[in-house]
Amino acid sequence: MTDVTALTATQIAGLVATGETSAVEVTRAHLDRIAAVDDRVNAFLHVDTEGALAAAREVDARRAAGEELGPLAGVPVAVKDVLATRGVPTTVGSKILEGWRPPYDSTIVQRLRAAGTVMLGKTNMDEFAMGSSTEYSAYGPTRNPWDTDRIPGGSGGGSAAALAAYEAPLAIGSDTGGSIRQPGAVTGTVGAKPTYGGTSRYGLVAFSSSLDTPGPCARTVLDAALLHAAIGGHDPRDSTSIPAPVPDVVAAAKLGATGDLSGVRLGVVTEFGGEGAEPGVMAAFNEAVGALTKLGAEIVEVSCPHFRYALPAYYLIAPSECSSNLARFDGVRFGLRVGDDGNRSLEEVMSLTREAGFGPEVKRRIMLGTYALSSGYYDAYYGQAQKVRTLITRDFTAAFEQVDALISPTTPFVAFPLGARTADPYQMYLADLFTIPTNLYGGPGISVPCGLSAGLPVGLQVMAPTMADDRMYRVAAALESAVGTFTPPTL
Amino acid sequence: MAAISREEVAHLARLSRLAVTEEELDTFAGQLDVILQAVAQVGEVAAADIPPTSHSVPLTNVLREDVVTPCLTPEEALSGAPDAEEQRFRVPRILDEEAAS
Repeated sequence: MTDVTALTATQIAGLVATGETSAVEVTRAHLDRIAAVDDRVNAFLHVDTEGALAAAREVDARRAAGEELGPLAGVPVAVKDVLATRGVPTTVGSKILEGWRPPYDSTIVQRLRAAGTVMLGKTNMDEFAMGSSTEYSAYGPTRNPWDTDRIPGGSGGGSAAALAAYEAPLAIGSDTGGSIRQPGAVTGTVGAKPTYGGTSRYGLVAFSSSLDTPGPCARTVLDAALLHAAIGGHDPRDSTSIPAPVPDVVAAAKLGATGDLSGVRLGVVTEFGGEGAEPGVMAAFNEAVGALTKLGAEIVEVSCPHFRYALPAYYLIAPSECSSNLARFDGVRFGLRVGDDGNRSLEEVMSLTREAGFGPEVKRRIMLGTYALSSGYYDAYYGQAQKVRTLITRDFTAAFEQVDALISPTTPFVAFPLGARTADPYQMYLADLFTIPTNLYGGPGISVPCGLSAGLPVGLQVMAPTMADDRMYRVAAALESAVGTFTPPTL
Repeated sequence: MAAISREEVAHLARLSRLAVTEEELDTFAGQLDVILQAVAQVGEVAAADIPPTSHSVPLTNVLREDVVTPCLTPEEALSGAPDAEEQRFRVPRILDEEAAS
């Protein structure tokens, strides 16, 4: 990698602002890096070379004209292929949208452009964000830069791998059950799920509308906070967007970086105490808890008795919402159409199109959701799951009366070998065991690297009350100041 | 909770507008059965007096003034369509032969 690709977003923005380098030079360095390594990583589904260079030239022109640039101007960013990008292919990792070029930008992408960031392209993902390993992409799996025979996490494996492979300093993900935090953990990068409603879902291809949350991915906590601040805030085009300002996450990250957590009470969730987690993961986590104590934090054990029901509740709620959301992929208005030979009816064409366009995990979840919502089963499954959601929210509320934030390992295991869990879907679902409660509750969560187990990264998750995103950044930055960042082997 | 049968999976596929193959039916029946047995735990815990939560943010209707604003042109709106005719989406025929006769 060249020197500039090893820098943080904060450092790159500083160099561009002072004119020590240009946005075009920075962009070219990252495009060169992608060309050099992405055949081994497969982080990108589409690289927008011309668009990126045009955006970079615009930033350089603005600087030359004396315009004051924002804190991320000239910084390259990779965008998960779940977000609509005007004129740039958007596939959601699915064959059913192959070649689709949206005629509009999602709000997140509009804000990225307004912030002067340079969009490099679209990153690989599990199809429709359904998966925990990026093996369910219709365009082949992404590989973990730490060990290319292992998974990079999912569904945002492409975004996380792009960061770990130094192909981009910043990336955007979306988190429905852990799809930002879990890839962050297994690639040794930082991934934050903002408070639900704190970032706009306008132009995000919907999977599970009551859970989907776009958010920042970066290699440092401060970079993630800067990106969070750039994309967050109220959007009148999203009816679930919270009409309140984003807390000052950047100031919180800077405060945390001073390494002082005196007076901060952190809760360790009893129910996450080792059950289902690898010993190496728990060892790294416990060591990190020791580091947080040295920074002045008070550690308290907190019971959240209903967290053990979060995974089953999630796998009823998310597929139910997906079975409804994905009904729009019918071969009529966009994307693939199969079997329209003049002899088949609309219904037949629709069924053939969906059969050809969707992969196995998407089909499984559509059928699971259809089942859970069907007459006779609705009360036993979907209705019960929504009640569990209430109980989990009550657990969080009670916990946050005792502590400022909760901490846990982000994932029960480190990156597993490609193919190790695809035969058994429920084993795959366990990858999101520790991240899902936060999605059901709606609060923010962040994964920050906390150590290694057998040479592979382990993430620590910080969970905070809704709209207290700043609190989690403070804790995450403090931990980062104590344990540092982790660099993968050279690709 | 009862196991899910192959016939039920075939019915779900029809409801979901998925033309699944015979082989897929076998695979999905086994997998859905495992998943449904695991998620059935939700029935253990939530009592009748627990209200359901459908959404973590209170939902409100978002309305705006009914005024004309810039929007997609017909060409833009149809740009991703598999087929279009006279500035409209062209769909496969809606009636099957039985219904049409």
